[in-house]
Amino acid sequence: MNIFATLRIAVLALLRNKMRSFLTVLGIIIGVGAVIAMVAIGEGAKAEVQKAFDAMGTNMLVVRSGSSRTGGVRGGAGSQPTMTWEDVDAIRNEARGVALVSPSLRQSAQMLGDGQNWTSSVEGVNTDYFKIRGWTLQYGAAFTEVDVSSAAKVAVLGGTVSDNLFGPGANAVGSIVRINNMPFEVIGVLARKGQSGMGQDTDDVVLIPVTTFASKIQGGLKKYLQGSIYVGATSAGETKLAQQQIEELLRVRHKIRAGADDDFTVNNLAEIASARQEGTETMTRLLAGIALVSLLVGGIGIMNIMLVSVTERTREIGLRMAIGAKPGDIRVQFVIEAVVLSVIGGAFGVALGVGAAKYMASQFGWATLVQPQIIVISLGFSAVVGIGFGLYPAHKASTLDPIQALRFE
Amino acid sequence: MSAEPPILEATDLFKTYTMGNVEVHALRGVSLTVSRGEFVSVMGTSGSGKSTLMNILGCLDRPTSGKYHLVGREVSKLDRDDLADIRLQVLGFVFQSFNLLARTTALENVELPMIYAGVRGGERRKRAARALERVGLGKRLDHTPNQLSGGQQQRVAIARAIVTEPKLILADEPTGNLDSRTSLEIMALFQELGRSGITIVLVTHEPDIAMFTDRVVLMRDGKVQSDKRQTPTDARAAVDAYEEAPP
Repeated sequence: MNIFATLRIAVLALLRNKMRSFLTVLGIIIGVGAVIAMVAIGEGAKAEVQKAFDAMGTNMLVVRSGSSRTGGVRGGAGSQPTMTWEDVDAIRNEARGVALVSPSLRQSAQMLGDGQNWTSSVEGVNTDYFKIRGWTLQYGAAFTEVDVSSAAKVAVLGGTVSDNLFGPGANAVGSIVRINNMPFEVIGVLARKGQSGMGQDTDDVVLIPVTTFASKIQGGLKKYLQGSIYVGATSAGETKLAQQQIEELLRVRHKIRAGADDDFTVNNLAEIASARQEGTETMTRLLAGIALVSLLVGGIGIMNIMLVSVTERTREIGLRMAIGAKPGDIRVQFVIEAVVLSVIGGAFGVALGVGAAKYMASQFGWATLVQPQIIVISLGFSAVVGIGFGLYPAHKASTLDPIQALRFE
Repeated sequence: MSAEPPILEATDLFKTYTMGNVEVHALRGVSLTVSRGEFVSVMGTSGSGKSTLMNILGCLDRPTSGKYHLVGREVSKLDRDDLADIRLQVLGFVFQSFNLLARTTALENVELPMIYAGVRGGERRKRAARALERVGLGKRLDHTPNQLSGGQQQRVAIARAIVTEPKLILADEPTGNLDSRTSLEIMALFQELGRSGITIVLVTHEPDIAMFTDRVVLMRDGKVQSDKRQTPTDARAAVDAYEEAPP
């Protein structure tokens, strides 16, 4: 007996009871749909966290000056500048695992442009900074090594600053922006990254060459760096190594004795990111677990219907046996009916789940991600549910005595 | 009689059921031999054991003791799967209540046994259509049972029984649910099939039906009481007579 004929028998049998088949399938539809929608939301949340950290910069380490200690009172990180400009070069040249290094000096400043004013941060950086932070340009270009070495009065505006000074979406390249009343030529506008993982507006910034910052904004180059050092590791896997290398290097350079506290801190953002990822991962598993329970309930619904169906079709089973169906044929037929129900339910469930995920994404502004493997897994699971819960009714059908079955009213 | 082995040869069949604490002796030593092409009716009152005998002859049940050879093969000791194979290849069943699948066309009902026999789709439809033509329903292939009269439904059931070209057709009260006129037509159809060489064993409790068969086996209390050959009445002629002068 071939599988297509059996499949056909099963489908015809199910079509004879459309309403009941539909209600049975509904249980599976909701189960599979819930699994897919829940996992999609979880995956979306994970991707959202990833995106937030990507916006801050991937493979990124931030080196800050250590705390000051005045008497017994200890200041916070960066309260006592301990990092020198030589440290920047040393990190670049001597630490392994380090690809990019940029100092970052930051200060609040009054911006003027096109008749508007706006208070924002001005940040002095070098050319590596764009790559470390993953900044790209919407208009114009980033400043060059030459701009940095010649302390050129050029500025790259963040999207928020550009909007506030020159109007939303305007191309401000070529305009003049006055920072603390000093004219700078706008050479580029940054592509927007939105909020950082900490909720700050990363686009509310103006980038200028670090040399220009030191001489014009800060008022002369000082021995100690009044800010942080941003480091880009060669790869995400190398951030741990780069962090160790920088710590060892700086302890030697700052002549810190074994056992004494560091006078600097190195923040590894990849670690924070992975901790957050784990949190969302747990949430995803929880949601998927709840959804799986509803799929299980759907499976029990299938068993219930199949048992009713076996009783109701006792005569049909008897007839099939009388005309030559083996017990195995009957068993296969009922299992296939259960599998057809669950797979159809699974297919519609996938559609419902994907639809629900899309709807929630658009309605609540959540990011949702439907991964192909979760579709395959939930379809497979629903087929397993069908087989699992179809086996007992099928077994019951196949062990009926044909004589009794034919006489059944 | 030729040297050809009989279609079925049952020897000293016993069947005992246990119902609660009571033993019911449904068959007490039944022997029966049917040759190829015979049209035999098994008669008896209810409780005479005729249904039990049919079930054993139809390989739906096994005797408690005794031997049963069907087309030369000893089948009384076979398991459920092998019995199903025998039913599929050797037997055709016609029931009192037709037992057609509801909401399923005549053609698909007739195709059913061939699905289990592994006949392919195109061939299956062709053979099913031919069988339906043979029982006079060539124009009603797409009708479902509730669109057919009782007589027509029984014809579909007969088509389903003959479509696998069985050696033996077992009919259990095939006219029990039909009016007299339709009963005659069904008997005429059985006689035609008998003339074409199919062996038929028919269970009935109506002498009016048994008179259309070649041989009447009368059962009583689990034994064969009498086994008589007779010249059958022509059912086709009876139909014609019925049309001219309805009783």
